[in-house]
Amino acid sequence: MSNVKTTSVVFVGVGGQGILLASTIVARAAMLSGHQVKTNEVHGMAQRGGSVIAHVRYGSEVFSPTVPEGTATVLGALEQIEALRYAHYIAPDGLAVVSATSVVPVTVSSVSSGAATYPEDVADRLKRAFPRLVYFDAGKMALELGNIRAANIVLLGALSRGLALPEEAWVGAIASSVKEKQRDLNLRAFEIGRSVR
Amino acid sequence: MRELMSGNEAIARGAYEAGVTVATGYPGTPSTEILENVARYKSDIYSEWSPNEKVAFEVAAGASCAGARSIVTMKHVGLNVAADPLMTLSYIGVEGGFVVCVADDPGMHSSQNEQDTRQYARFAKVPIFEPADSQEAKDFLMLAMDVSEKYQTPAILRSTTRVSHSRSLVDLGERTVLEREIGIEKNPPRFVPIPVWGRVMKQKVADRLGFLAEEAENSEANRIERREKSLGIVTASMAYQYVREVWPEASVLKLGFSYPFPDGLIREFADGVDRLLVVEELDDFIEEHVRSLGIECQGRKFVPGVGELSVTRLRGSRAMMEGREPKTLDQRFAEGLPARPPVLCPGCPHRGVFYTLGKHDVVVSGDIGCYSLGAFKPLDRMDIILCMGGGVSMAHGFDKAGDRRKVVGVVGDSTFFHSGITGLIDIVYNRGSSTIIVLDNRTTAMTGHQDHPGTGRTLGGDATKAISIQDIGRACGIERVATVNPYDLEATERAISEDMNSKEPSLIVSLAPCPLRERRRVGPVRAIDSDLCKGCKRCLKLGCPAIEFDGEVPKINMHLCGGCGLCEEVCPHDAISSEEAE
Repeated sequence: MSNVKTTSVVFVGVGGQGILLASTIVARAAMLSGHQVKTNEVHGMAQRGGSVIAHVRYGSEVFSPTVPEGTATVLGALEQIEALRYAHYIAPDGLAVVSATSVVPVTVSSVSSGAATYPEDVADRLKRAFPRLVYFDAGKMALELGNIRAANIVLLGALSRGLALPEEAWVGAIASSVKEKQRDLNLRAFEIGRSVR
Repeated sequence: MRELMSGNEAIARGAYEAGVTVATGYPGTPSTEILENVARYKSDIYSEWSPNEKVAFEVAAGASCAGARSIVTMKHVGLNVAADPLMTLSYIGVEGGFVVCVADDPGMHSSQNEQDTRQYARFAKVPIFEPADSQEAKDFLMLAMDVSEKYQTPAILRSTTRVSHSRSLVDLGERTVLEREIGIEKNPPRFVPIPVWGRVMKQKVADRLGFLAEEAENSEANRIERREKSLGIVTASMAYQYVREVWPEASVLKLGFSYPFPDGLIREFADGVDRLLVVEELDDFIEEHVRSLGIECQGRKFVPGVGELSVTRLRGSRAMMEGREPKTLDQRFAEGLPARPPVLCPGCPHRGVFYTLGKHDVVVSGDIGCYSLGAFKPLDRMDIILCMGGGVSMAHGFDKAGDRRKVVGVVGDSTFFHSGITGLIDIVYNRGSSTIIVLDNRTTAMTGHQDHPGTGRTLGGDATKAISIQDIGRACGIERVATVNPYDLEATERAISEDMNSKEPSLIVSLAPCPLRERRRVGPVRAIDSDLCKGCKRCLKLGCPAIEFDGEVPKINMHLCGGCGLCEEVCPHDAISSEEAE
């Protein structure tokens, strides 16, 4: 099949967590490395605190901008149950990088008892869903750096280890995707993420 | 130079390179960013957000009839609003190239329906172009502009959510600077479709369609890719990309200039393959036509016509065609997970109004915008939504039909300017008694915060007169006009109950800027004192995503809290405060 040469990345989480920036950086890093690139993201209603997914695909020739289920080379999740929700996107040998962050959906909080609950065995389920799993608290690491909003870049750092793109492409992509003021913080966030095993 | 661009950015770039000088539109996902990106070429292109798509269309049509190259942008349902001028501009024709950029939303990611804009091309007898990636989005805009000008016809560029919001690499070119004198020529038979001249125009439209079909026949936007002979696939738009992954060995006829149909090319392609399949998103527009040519083909039998297509769905189609069981996705890890639908943001001012309406036995006729989310539990305070402006006029319909409950129409500020005003006039004119609440958050929020006639700022960021919703209400003849702060639940309750008890029509403007646009919290972060909390769950009725409840007592997620303080107001035990959060 033609998509063998295509590398596919999905980012999942909750609207507002900075998934768009993370996917933009992957796309730019791939572009700087000389690949054809396509991305897809969600705008409008679907963004409002809902479950979101962003797609990046690169290679010598890319057709669909969305990642077909079961083919993602890496899956990055900024919220842990969102990783489970989109688990079927990952390829059998794919790498999942999941932040141990929980954002309880309104459907759990507001609906009377007996309805949906936030699962308690998330860690366990993640291990079963993803044979190759990196599971850590990206939010905590970002907070230690001084800004919880950098959690997306910490996660990106960890995820970058599953993609064969050179370090300088990542640095260039980050530098061109964030504001000058935020550059150092984001580069440090990336480095810290990249050292996570 | 090459750049990674979304389809919408690329359409804007195409407008720039094609020498467009006037661009108009009304925001609507997935089309919004086209005009936002055109606005970046401020020194070369005049651009504006118009109050609605009809006005936007007419402004751009005027510019075009005066000789300027122009575009107008909107989402699929916006073209319904602009359908009236489209139908007759097709007769009058244009001088400067005129392209209607319309973005469809297969899968209804952010829309109330899934209509297929290609039907409008046939309906209005105008050409349509369908890009499949960002490079084509730019190229086809420019091609559509040329065809429009050459044949003096409006043209449609049809995008979809996946074309508009996917990014891919685009080669950039220079802007074509057109030296032309602008001004409509004095020629009533050319521009005035009163019956005597309109009949002549109709004949021209019919003849033009023939010339356009010839143009489509030879257009580079329509191409045959010869691979194996056993299967040939006719496809267009994003479906082309999926086809290339699912049937890499198949021959393909890719339509980019897809109406009027290039019949010769379709016949040539069909003759060269053993089996013909049509793969298209939404309506069976191409399939129906191919059959009408007497060519045997398959399409809808295997390819779903509801929802958007994807590689996975088409793999299912392929399996079905080949008599195999489609592979099922292993979704067992997602089983039993709580749903996470989009919700009103923490700090959203609309929450106060819906919470208050929840205490009244009223019919709430809603409208299109962020506040559509007020239909979800626990707020659950919207009974019906039809279309832009429908919140106002339908309220009047319930009222006149004799609904046993008092009727409230809820509409956003941008939507009010779009098409709420005429409904309000109707209520006053025809002695209605509805209460209309304008949720004025000072922006077009859902589509990503665009300015509108009430904000005092143009698309280009220049200061302008801010048109007052309250003044419009009074000018329409409403005598009960009130303005409330929706974060003040008591005041909101007072205003709403007073109007509920009145027989007169009334207008309440709930005024508070969207905190997401302001990029700051409304007030200090709140927290719940677990010692004082009795677990009554009153605060959970607000449906605030920052209030998390997973068993014992609710907690406020400090990173999400918008600081609006509504939870503090509703808590009967004084357990919520900002001190606690410090």
